[in-house]
Amino acid sequence: MVVAERKPIEEILAMVADFKKVLLVGCKGCVTVCCAGGTKEVGILASALRIARKKAGNPLEVVEHTLERQCDPEYVDQLGPMLQENGFDAVLSMACSVGPQFIAKKYPIQVFPMLNTTFIGGALEHGVWAEFCQSCGNCIIHNFGGLCPIARCSKSLMNGPCGGSANKQCEVSPEIDCIWHLIYDRMVELGQVEKLRNVFPIKDWSTSRDGGPRKIVREDLKL
Amino acid sequence: MKAGSNLEKVLTSGHFAVTGELGPPRGASVEAVEKKASYLKGVVDSINVTDNQTSVVRMSSVAVCKLLVDMGLEPNLQMVCRDRNRIAMQSDLLGAYALGIRNVLCLSGDHNKFGDHPQSKNVFDVDSVQLISIVKMLRDEGKMLSGQECEGVAKFFIGAAANPFGDPFEFRVTRLAKKIDAGVDFVQTQCIYNMDKWRKYMHMAHEEGLTEKCYIMAGITPLKSVGMARYMAKFVPGLDVPDYYIERLKGVEKKKQAAEGIKIAVEQIQEMREMPGVAGIHLMAIEWEHKVPEILEAAGLLPRPKVD
Amino acid sequence: MRLDYPPNVRIVNVPCTGRVDMLHLLKAIEDGADGVYVAGCHEGECHFQNGNLKAKRRVAAVKKILEEVGLEPERVEMFHVSASDGPGFAAAARQMTERIRGLGPSPVGPMPDCDFGGSDSEQVALGV
Repeated sequence: MVVAERKPIEEILAMVADFKKVLLVGCKGCVTVCCAGGTKEVGILASALRIARKKAGNPLEVVEHTLERQCDPEYVDQLGPMLQENGFDAVLSMACSVGPQFIAKKYPIQVFPMLNTTFIGGALEHGVWAEFCQSCGNCIIHNFGGLCPIARCSKSLMNGPCGGSANKQCEVSPEIDCIWHLIYDRMVELGQVEKLRNVFPIKDWSTSRDGGPRKIVREDLKL
Repeated sequence: MKAGSNLEKVLTSGHFAVTGELGPPRGASVEAVEKKASYLKGVVDSINVTDNQTSVVRMSSVAVCKLLVDMGLEPNLQMVCRDRNRIAMQSDLLGAYALGIRNVLCLSGDHNKFGDHPQSKNVFDVDSVQLISIVKMLRDEGKMLSGQECEGVAKFFIGAAANPFGDPFEFRVTRLAKKIDAGVDFVQTQCIYNMDKWRKYMHMAHEEGLTEKCYIMAGITPLKSVGMARYMAKFVPGLDVPDYYIERLKGVEKKKQAAEGIKIAVEQIQEMREMPGVAGIHLMAIEWEHKVPEILEAAGLLPRPKVD
Repeated sequence: MRLDYPPNVRIVNVPCTGRVDMLHLLKAIEDGADGVYVAGCHEGECHFQNGNLKAKRRVAAVKKILEEVGLEPERVEMFHVSASDGPGFAAAARQMTERIRGLGPSPVGPMPDCDFGGSDSEQVALGV
């Protein structure tokens, strides 16, 4: 899933400094799962913003609403009636950065991102998430025991660990596993370590963001 | 001859080679380059010029190599994968050759997080093994990665680094083998202190026949003090400084530690000269370039051979 | 035991402090409470394994939010008082009341819908 985290409240308060009434919109997709922008997080942020502005003697009306998803126009369309009637100064989106962009595309009102969209990843345990994919657009992990050296090696090395690998840790931080050490262990476990002996060829990054913003068209699904 | 550099000549003629290292200044001072280079003149076969080492911005390695060429010294251009994509790499390689540079050392590069611009965007379009294959393609096929024929072929003597002390140890020799497959001619290692592990590594490399396929130069960095030894042991990832060297330095009084450090380096060099498969040493006297002549003299490696 | 504790404390019962949500604490502050504290079991004594430890972490998270919005984080607190410890509960109530008096009324207050009979410190205690 897309993993995100809330921006510092101070930064958000600066964004809304001139407003009296805002619509804070959560998303029930990925950011609900990673506890960054679901109904609950919308409630917490709304409360924090109200507390801050009450304290400042300049109350902010925060209307809370959470959409099924913000990355599909049909759900974003649901904001239409609310925005038409209620005199909002701005929309604050608690989705990944797709959400605010979809809202901005649809409605002539200022939109602010409440989250920093951080990575594609998964939960290591409750409350801990890590990056697993860089969406390079051409998956090669089967060559590496099912582990991704592009996203998970600090240098995206394709031919083994750099000289900084020590005690299974990356030189960048002891918090980062040396993915190449894990790949090596996994290939030994699978009895395929000799596959790592071949020079892995230079990668074609044109399928990645380097080829420009990407689009997928599926004619079979079009309505 | 693949490139005809002095380093290539010394190695192919069977001499025990010596390379030095020069870290470019953090500024535009030509004098700083000339000063460091003057200590290395005539005492080493080739001088590695680091490429924004530890991700700290320094004078361009290509430019410093050119300054060395102009001083009559032979540079070994270090190139890291951190700051350039394949377009910039090939362009810089062609330019370097045009400026008279004949040796290239292909490296991954320290991560930008360590340097003075941790906010920078890194590149890592290709890795060091793949970079070797690019330099080889330019040289042996006269073609760019795109298949474009080069107008004038850049012929480099191709080097790479090896760290026998990184983990996982068992994979280190495999990684060396991959670099050889990619086209490396010579390898310079990370600073060696743990001689037992080094012997084991060389034994494994020899068993695989790798010592026949490329020139392996042992990395030597003299320890200036017990403080430096402790720092290297503790803070430099993938470096292994055994306790017995730390104890040995601790055993002498502070102002004699530098001399003891040099003594250790000389002993190491002497052992390297006897070790099968070791084709030379790469002496990295970090901010201690002026001691290089003294160390090499003591190790009996001066004067350097003249090979035509 | 008929122990006295300050009358300005309004008690909200929960089955276990593991039920306490960050929003419960924030809503109390938002509505003008001068302080909120959670009175949970001693560490290692949770009947539901670790409800009190979860509450403790949530209290810490709310403290951080208060700090971010410029409010004293001391206005929320976690106390460990076992359910049968009447004197401990009263002591926590007094300690928190004194602390809140020291901090003064919340700049967010006053609480709109409750009357503590002219008390100068309004608190909500969430406890077992």
